[in-house]
Amino acid sequence: MSTQAEPQAAIPADTVSGSGPVSDGTGNITGGNTGPGASSGWMVLLFFIIGLAGSLLVGWIAFPHLLYEKKEQPVRFSHVIHMDQVDDGCNSCHYFRDDGTFAGVPDLASCEDCHSDEAMGEDPAEQLFIDDYLSKEKEIPWLIYSRQPPCVFFSHAAHVKGADMSCESCHGDYANSKTLKTYEQNRISGYSRDIWGYSISGLGSGAPDGPRPMKMNDCAACHLKETGSKGACFQCHK
Amino acid sequence: MTENNQHKKVRRYGMVIDLDKCTGCGACMVACYSENNVPFRTDETKKLDSLNWLRVFKVSNNKSFPDVDICHIPMPCMQCDGMHGHGHAPCVSVCPAVATDYDHETGIVSQIYTRCFGCRYCMAACPYHARTFNWWDPVWPADMKKSLNPSVSVRMRGVVEKCSFCFHRYQQAKEKAFVEERMQVEETEYQTACAEACPVKAITFGDLNNPDHKVHSLKKDKNAFRLLESLHTNPKVYYLTKRDWVRRQCDNIDSHTDIKE
Ligand code: HEC
Ligand code: HEC
Ligand code: HEC
Ligand code: HEC
Ligand code: HEC
Repeated sequence: MSTQAEPQAAIPADTVSGSGPVSDGTGNITGGNTGPGASSGWMVLLFFIIGLAGSLLVGWIAFPHLLYEKKEQPVRFSHVIHMDQVDDGCNSCHYFRDDGTFAGVPDLASCEDCHSDEAMGEDPAEQLFIDDYLSKEKEIPWLIYSRQPPCVFFSHAAHVKGADMSCESCHGDYANSKTLKTYEQNRISGYSRDIWGYSISGLGSGAPDGPRPMKMNDCAACHLKETGSKGACFQCHK
Repeated sequence: MTENNQHKKVRRYGMVIDLDKCTGCGACMVACYSENNVPFRTDETKKLDSLNWLRVFKVSNNKSFPDVDICHIPMPCMQCDGMHGHGHAPCVSVCPAVATDYDHETGIVSQIYTRCFGCRYCMAACPYHARTFNWWDPVWPADMKKSLNPSVSVRMRGVVEKCSFCFHRYQQAKEKAFVEERMQVEETEYQTACAEACPVKAITFGDLNNPDHKVHSLKKDKNAFRLLESLHTNPKVYYLTKRDWVRRQCDNIDSHTDIKE
C-alpha cells in the first residue's frame, strides 16, 4: 500500500487543484456566482420543498403500489381451525423429514388424512377446496410468502433444531391466523414482498405483526449477533 | 474475505486422486454434470466452448512403442488455500466483486453466480483452468428440466462457474446432523458426486485436518504431490502416482527436457 501512496504525494499541489472552483483558504469558494436576490431564494426553497414532498409521496406510497402485484391464495386456509383438529401442532403439517430437510407447505396427500369428497364443516372455502383441488387430485398452487431467490440455501433444521428458535420469531404469528394474507409479488424481480419490500432501508421491523424481514443483511445481522460471524457465502447460498 | 469463525473447528476438505488407478473412463465427469446442473451444448465438439467443473486431462510421455505411456488426470477446482493457507487463492485475490471467496470453516472456495458480473479475471488468474464461462444461457432438453438438481442453482449467461466440491451435499449433511442433534458431519455423509461415481475408487474425499478421514494419511503418502506446487497456490487436491514422468509433467517442469534422476 505504501508504495502506491508515495508517488501521489510527490505530485505538486498546483497540478492537483488545477481546475474547478478553487478555495481561497478562508472557506469561501471563489469564482462562483453571487446568486439571485433574497426573494427568489425563498421561491427556490419553496419549489424545492414541494418537489421533495412530491417525490417522497411518489417514492413511498405510489411506487410500492405500482411495484407490487397483489395476488390472493388459491384456497382460504385457516390455521386456527386446523390447529384444533391436529394432534401434533404445527408438526402435523410442517415437519422435518428423517434426512433433515423441512417438508415446508403440506401437499394434498396430507389434507386427505381428514378431508374427503364430503365437506366436514359449513365453510364455503372447504367446498371450494374439495371441488377445485381434492376431487381432481390437483396440488394446490400455494403462494409462498417467505420463498427466497433460487440461489439461497436456508436450513430450518439449523434454526429450529440447532438454535431452538420458534416459528413465530421469523414468520410472525400463524397459530392465531384465520386467513392467509394477500400475497404481494415484486413485478420486476418476481420475489415476494416479505423478503425485500417492507423495510428497504433496514428501518422498522417490516409489516405490522408480519414476519421478520429476510434480506441478506437481516440474516447476517442475526448471525453476527448469535454465532459471532456473518458466515461465509456458501453457508446461505447454493 | 469472510472472517474466520474462531469458535468453530476448522475443516479443510480435500481430495486425493490416485492416478495409477484412474482409467480415464469419465464417469466422474458425467456424475458432475448431472449433479451440478452443468450446461452443455448441442455440439460439444468445440471444446473451447464447453463448460465443465471437472475435466479429465490426458498426458503422455511422448515415447514411441513399446515405451509409450499415458495418464489421465481428473482436474476439479483445486480449492487453493493460498500461500501460508490464509485463503488468498489466486481467483479470490483478483475478484473485484467478492463473488468468489474462501470459506475458513471448510476451506472451500465459493462462487456466487448472482454476484458475478463476468469480468473473468478469476479465469485468467487460475493456473489450473478450473473455471469456465457461460457464453450462453443454458438450454436444457425439455424432459431434463424436470430432473435438474434443486439443491444447486442454475447459472445464467455472463457468469463464471466452477467446482464447489458439491458443497450442497455438505449443507444437506449438516441439516441431517442438526435434526439428529450431532455436531459432527461423518466422512461418509459428505462425499462429492465424482468420488462416489468413480468405479475404481481412485478419488478419495474428506477432511484433510481430521485424522479419522482417509485423506489425512493418503496426502502424506510418499507418492503424493500437487499440481504446480512451485506456484505456492497450496491446492487441496492431491495426486498419487508411482510414475516419475507424470509427477514431472504435473510440476510443470518442461517435459521435453528430460531430467536425469
Ligand atoms: C393442517 C395443516 C397445517 C397445520 C397444522 C399448520 N399449518 Fe401452517 N400452513 C398450512 C398450509 C396449507 C399453509 C399455506 C401455504 C401458504 O401460505 O402458501 C400454511 C402456511 C404456513 C406458513 C407460511 C409459509 C409461507 O411463507 O408462505 C407458516 C409460516 C406456517 N404455516 C406456520 C405454521 C405454524 C407456526 C403452525 C403451528 C402453529 C402451523 N403452520 C400449522 C398448513 C398447516
Ligand atoms: C386433522 C384433520 C385435517 C387436516 C389434516 C386438514 N384439514 Fe382442513 N379442515 C378439517 C376440519 C375438521 C374442517 C372443518 C372445520 C369447521 O368448519 O368446523 C376443515 C376445514 C377446512 C377448510 C375450510 C375452513 C378454512 O380453513 O377456511 C379448508 C379450506 C380446509 N380445511 C383446507 C385444508 C387443506 C388445504 C388441508 C391440507 C393442507 C387441510 N385442510 C388439512 C380438518 C383437517
Ligand atoms: C430463522 C428464521 C425461521 C424460522 C425460525 C422458521 N422459518 Fe420457516 N422459513 C424461513 C425462511 C427464510 C423460509 C424460506 C426458505 C426458502 O425459500 O428456501 C421459510 C419457509 C417456510 C415455509 C415454506 C416452505 C416452502 O418453500 O414450502 C414454511 C411452511 C415454513 N417456513 C414454516 C415454518 C415453521 C412451521 C417453523 C417452526 C417450526 C419455521 N418455519 C421456522 C425462516 C424461518
Ligand atoms: C434471529 C436470528 C437468525 C436469523 C434471522 C437467521 N439465522 Fe441462520 N442461524 C442462526 C443461528 C443462531 C444459527 C446457528 C445454529 C447452530 O449452529 O446451532 C444459524 C445457522 C444458519 C445456517 C447453518 C449454518 C451452519 O452451521 O452450517 C444457515 C444455512 C443459516 N443460518 C441461514 C440463514 C439464512 C439464509 C437466513 C435469512 C433468510 C438466516 N439464517 C436468518 C440465527 C439466525
Ligand atoms: C447469512 C446468510 C447469507 C450469507 C452469509 C450470504 N448471503 Fe447472499 N443472500 C442471502 C439471502 C437470504 C439472499 C436473498 C435476499 C436478498 O436478496 O437480500 C441473498 C441474496 C444475495 C444476492 C442477490 C441474489 C438475487 O437473486 O437477488 C447476491 C448477489 C448475494 N446474496 C451474494 C452473496 C455473497 C457474494 C456472499 C458472501 C460474501 C453472500 N451473499 C453471503 C443470504 C446470505
